Amino acid sequence: MTLTLQIFLIVSAALFCIGLLAALSRRHAIFILIGIEMMLAAANLNFIAFWRFSPEPHQPTGVMVAIFSIAIAAAEAAVGLALVIAVYRHYRTTNVDQFDQLKG
Amino acid sequence: MSWPVANVWLIPAIPIAISLVILSLAKSRRQSAAGLAIIGQVVALALSIAGFLESLQTPSFRAVQNFTWFTFGETALRIGWVLDPLAAAMLVMIALVGLCIFIFSIGYMADDKNFTRFFAYLSFFSGAMLGVVIANSLLLLFVFWELVGLASYLLIGFWIERPRAAAAAKKAFITTRIGDMGFFLGMLWLYHSSGTLLFYDDGNGCLESVGLAMLGASATFIALLIFCGAIGKSGQFPLHVWLPDAMEGPTPVSALIHAATMVAAGVFLVARVYPLFSLGRINGVTSSLTVVVWIGVTTALMAALIAIAQADIKRILAYSTVSQLGLMMVSLGVGGVAAGIMHLLAHGFFKALLFLGAGSVIHGCHHEQDIRKMGGLRRLMPVTFLTYAVGMMALSGVPLFFSGGWTKEEILHATAHWPKSHVPYYLVLAGVILTALYMTRQVIYVFFGSPRAASAHVRESPRVMTTPLIALALCAIFFSVVLTPGWPWLHGYLTGEPAQFDIKRSIQPMLFVSLVLVAAGIGLGVLVYRRAGMPDRRRPAEVDPFEYAQPALFCFLENKMWIDELYGRTVIAFSWMSARLSDWMDRYFWDGLVRAFGRLGQLFGIFTTNVDELGINAGVDETMTGTRGLGRVMSSWHSGQIQTYLGVIAIGMLALLLLYAWLV
Repeated sequence: MTLTLQIFLIVSAALFCIGLLAALSRRHAIFILIGIEMMLAAANLNFIAFWRFSPEPHQPTGVMVAIFSIAIAAAEAAVGLALVIAVYRHYRTTNVDQFDQLKG
Repeated sequence: MSWPVANVWLIPAIPIAISLVILSLAKSRRQSAAGLAIIGQVVALALSIAGFLESLQTPSFRAVQNFTWFTFGETALRIGWVLDPLAAAMLVMIALVGLCIFIFSIGYMADDKNFTRFFAYLSFFSGAMLGVVIANSLLLLFVFWELVGLASYLLIGFWIERPRAAAAAKKAFITTRIGDMGFFLGMLWLYHSSGTLLFYDDGNGCLESVGLAMLGASATFIALLIFCGAIGKSGQFPLHVWLPDAMEGPTPVSALIHAATMVAAGVFLVARVYPLFSLGRINGVTSSLTVVVWIGVTTALMAALIAIAQADIKRILAYSTVSQLGLMMVSLGVGGVAAGIMHLLAHGFFKALLFLGAGSVIHGCHHEQDIRKMGGLRRLMPVTFLTYAVGMMALSGVPLFFSGGWTKEEILHATAHWPKSHVPYYLVLAGVILTALYMTRQVIYVFFGSPRAASAHVRESPRVMTTPLIALALCAIFFSVVLTPGWPWLHGYLTGEPAQFDIKRSIQPMLFVSLVLVAAGIGLGVLVYRRAGMPDRRRPAEVDPFEYAQPALFCFLENKMWIDELYGRTVIAFSWMSARLSDWMDRYFWDGLVRAFGRLGQLFGIFTTNVDELGINAGVDETMTGTRGLGRVMSSWHSGQIQTYLGVIAIGMLALLLLYAWLV
């Protein structure tokens, strides 16, 4: 079967949903970060897909966006891990259910 | 205009100014006070005589000076002074009698502590009375009229520590005030109808043809209303009740105010506004003049009857004054204006003389006033007796030498020729007999017979008191010269007609009538009262002969015909009742209304308080509670769970995307 844009979008959407599911339902903080990374990857995939099937695929526009996005994802993952470590130092646990000091 | 006539306003102004100066003096400065008052009176007399002489120059003399008092809008209120024969003659009489009385008062009030105050009030009264006479505006006359009433009040109640004097002063003021109300209403009506209150104003005055033409039929009512003032001031029936009580004041006051001058103001007023009374007369008769005649004749007869039964020397003279004033009113009413005014002038002299003589007697008897306790003063006080006899004969109307006789004859003449009715004439004849009768009675009681209780230790009065008596007696005699019909100089002067000297006119039928009446009166008096004060057959000494003969009638007359009591039961009781009713209304009804309104305000306040506390406060509290509850609910949404927050974000974003897709 031919690779059409829809296939890539469906995959990207699925990946996004899985990532969202992971972020919303895992108790471990690292797993939430993994979920966020998956959502970012899905977005990247979306960009590449639209670039690949665009009228001018020889321009590296999509690739540039994807590279920036991965760099930012990496930075953000670093920051996220730093946050998790800082929180772990205080709470001695990574169970997000127990970070409820903002409870009102 | 000569200087005195141009400055005729000085005549009342000087005595009033002097009275104010005297009031500022200390009580100890008695001689200064008396001196100042007498100087003021002499100056007023001199100016009056100058004005009088000036007025002799031309027949129908009238000097008028009007000026504007104040303006409001386009109308101006004008007042002024007038000097005509009526005013000039009155001025001389008032000033001369006043001077004699001032001199007399030096002796009479010598023992009184309030000597200076007395002369201040006397001077004030003198100025006010002179002002009444020369006022050219009814308003100005009213102002001075009220001042005269005030002076009368102050002088009647001069002995302030006596409650009877205070009550008498109050009675005088209130009774005359009732009359003054009518006067004021008449004045308002006149101003409304004719637009001016000036008497003479180059033809535009309310007594001149232009002004009178604007009145029409209302002239009768205006005249009657103004007459109410005269009724009050001159003590006519029914407002005569204050005059006898006014005898509570010192005797010089009675002489000046209630014999010669103030009570004459009412008669003067009628003469002054006579054109109002006589407007539209048919054969010399109008309705207002008829009323004047009937009231006058009623007063004259009633007072003369009461005088016969009085025992106080001053009360007899007071009722005599009321009677004579009634006689003057009759004369004015029947058309004898000049006759009435001449009698007024003559009466001023001899009544003042009689009162001062009574004052001399009272002073000599150490302030005893009951004639039944006096007697035989003929030999003990000869000068007083002689002058008193002159006054008595003038009052009784003995003709030839005494002024009162001629004037009474003129009045009888005028009354006899009244076209409307002859009844006043007969009643006046009766009045003449009664006058002679009561005066004879008084003279016999006081001066003849043997000395009784108060006549012990009696000496003649000092010269300062007897000199005015002699002066007034001479006036009473010589005044008759100008009054005889043989040379009607005063009559001509007052009416503006020329006077011819014709001795034959002196002998008229009326002369014989009056001679007969006076002789009858005196003779009857001598017959009845010959042994008054002494026991006679079965009559005890202290019982009056008339009382012995007719006790019921005597009691009726002695009690002033119970008129005071009648007023007390009716008018005064009504006033008391209205006063109490008004007080009750004010205390309970109006006060209750005001309090009800207050209560209403209070209720409104309570209502507002409750609305505020229970309504608004509660509402605010509920809102607060609700907000707090909502806040609590909303804060309970903050679980602190990160994944919950993330989930909400995701759903929100989904909703936004859908919205975006739907819109685009």
